[in-house]
Amino acid sequence: MKKTIITAVIIGLFSPMIVSALDLDLNSNDVHIRSLAASCAACHGTLGNAVRRSNSEPSINSIPTLAGAKKDDIIAKLLAFKSGERTATVMHRHAKGLTTDEITALAEYFSAQTPSMPTPLASQKLRENHAN
Amino acid sequence: MQTNRRDFMKLAGFAAAMGISIPAFARASKLPIGRVVIIGGGYAGATAAKYLRMWSLGAIEVVVIEPNQQFVSCPLSNLVLGGNKSIDDLTFGYQLLKSNHGIQWVQDQVTAIDVDAKKISMVRGELSYDRLIIAPGIDFIYDSLPMLQSAEAQKQVPHAWKAGWQTVNLRKQLEAMPNGGVFVMNVPSAPYRCPPGPYERASQAAYYFKNNKPKSKVIVLDANAEIISKKGLFNKVFNEMYAGLIDYRPNNALVTVDVASKTVTTEFEVVKADVLNIIPPQRAGKPAQMAQLNNVDKRWCEVDFLTYESKLVSNVHVIGDAVSAALPKSAHMATNQAKVCANAIVQLMAGLAPDPMPVFANTCYSYVSDKSAMHVANVYRYDEMKRIMVSAEGGGVSAAPSEQEGAYAAAWATNIWSDVLT
Repeated sequence: MKKTIITAVIIGLFSPMIVSALDLDLNSNDVHIRSLAASCAACHGTLGNAVRRSNSEPSINSIPTLAGAKKDDIIAKLLAFKSGERTATVMHRHAKGLTTDEITALAEYFSAQTPSMPTPLASQKLRENHAN
Repeated sequence: MQTNRRDFMKLAGFAAAMGISIPAFARASKLPIGRVVIIGGGYAGATAAKYLRMWSLGAIEVVVIEPNQQFVSCPLSNLVLGGNKSIDDLTFGYQLLKSNHGIQWVQDQVTAIDVDAKKISMVRGELSYDRLIIAPGIDFIYDSLPMLQSAEAQKQVPHAWKAGWQTVNLRKQLEAMPNGGVFVMNVPSAPYRCPPGPYERASQAAYYFKNNKPKSKVIVLDANAEIISKKGLFNKVFNEMYAGLIDYRPNNALVTVDVASKTVTTEFEVVKADVLNIIPPQRAGKPAQMAQLNNVDKRWCEVDFLTYESKLVSNVHVIGDAVSAALPKSAHMATNQAKVCANAIVQLMAGLAPDPMPVFANTCYSYVSDKSAMHVANVYRYDEMKRIMVSAEGGGVSAAPSEQEGAYAAAWATNIWSDVLT
């Protein structure tokens, strides 16, 4: 047991962003919302930080960074997508599938995140020994 | 595994001795702790590893076992066939994922899984686990196509349904094919990995032919009665954007293939190809078979959709394409399942209940040319009565492919790669 814990702490040392950024003491709604919010990451980035060239630039290809956005703005936009008042290529599909409570909780979640730049990920040459 | 106060004090004391502060731990009533081993470093496995470490604040030890050194994205790999991407654009390392999150990584092949002893054997060693996540992707079924099983046969007739050298091989064959040549490809019976993928592939080949080999054509032999995903959109693309270039033949299941002559026999006809691409039927990847978890049609794994724990074996979870679900087997889905699974495991390892009502979204783009794409998108919500994920209101497809959605699809790829691999 001791060994496992020490290993866990040692591993923890290598992930400073994790220890400072989050809190284990969550209520059940937080647990529900964090995995729903994580579903948005495919386009909006981990914790709402979309990949972009600089922190002053909201996004690439017009997909907004949600981390640190104003709560009321997120709610207003999602409700407008949900009602159809605001047109979209795809966001209306997601907004319509969410309840108004989830929209509010997502807005609270993303507005509370700290804007930060995701670590740049570079592609690389495929190695000869790759299977398939 | 429960953590008592003494263990917690040891942890806090050790952390203090190392000069780090852990205010988050101090507030946690119960610390999730234990070792999770993840088999597979694809979209599902890599995502589960990252989010387990993030959401447990580094308390859960995570070990990933993956035989390949690199991650190659299946999403966007059809663009390699159209000449619109190179395979190197879709290839990434695991270094940032490992170092950003303190994930232990073992590059090895799993040879046996003992679910009673909670032990995994690999070519070069053994590992024990408290919980196991199997994210094995797909395995091809060659029972009815034994002539395609060998690596040599697959050089002649690639599947290119796991991105990598087979994708490059198929592109080279299309490049070498004369103007006027015929490219024949099949669609296996659903369910298979990436429902719109074969139709996107036909569109990419047609894009290449239209611009480079206008006398050539694509013949699509579909085992299904109709186009499986984005049907109206692909019909329009086949009939208008690529009129005369794509010959789509539904209800046309394969019977046999002659590799040397690249000839396909279906239930209705014999078709000769210059370039032949056979996508075999699929099942859960080999590690899931080793643990005997593929109980649905002997192909897919039945899971509890609140935790992704196998319905057959406790403490073993299955995520990604291997799961039996009436949901598209897409990369975005794989990451969603990984996140719900990771969220549940963090709760369970702290002795708490998992989220009883998971909700997630799926967005899947298909590129029909170099720049234009179209989507299918849905929110899925856990249904307490049916105990499965069901489509929420509002899902659907694009009105038409567009360059604007092509730009969004590119941003989707950039962001999901970053989410999974950093």
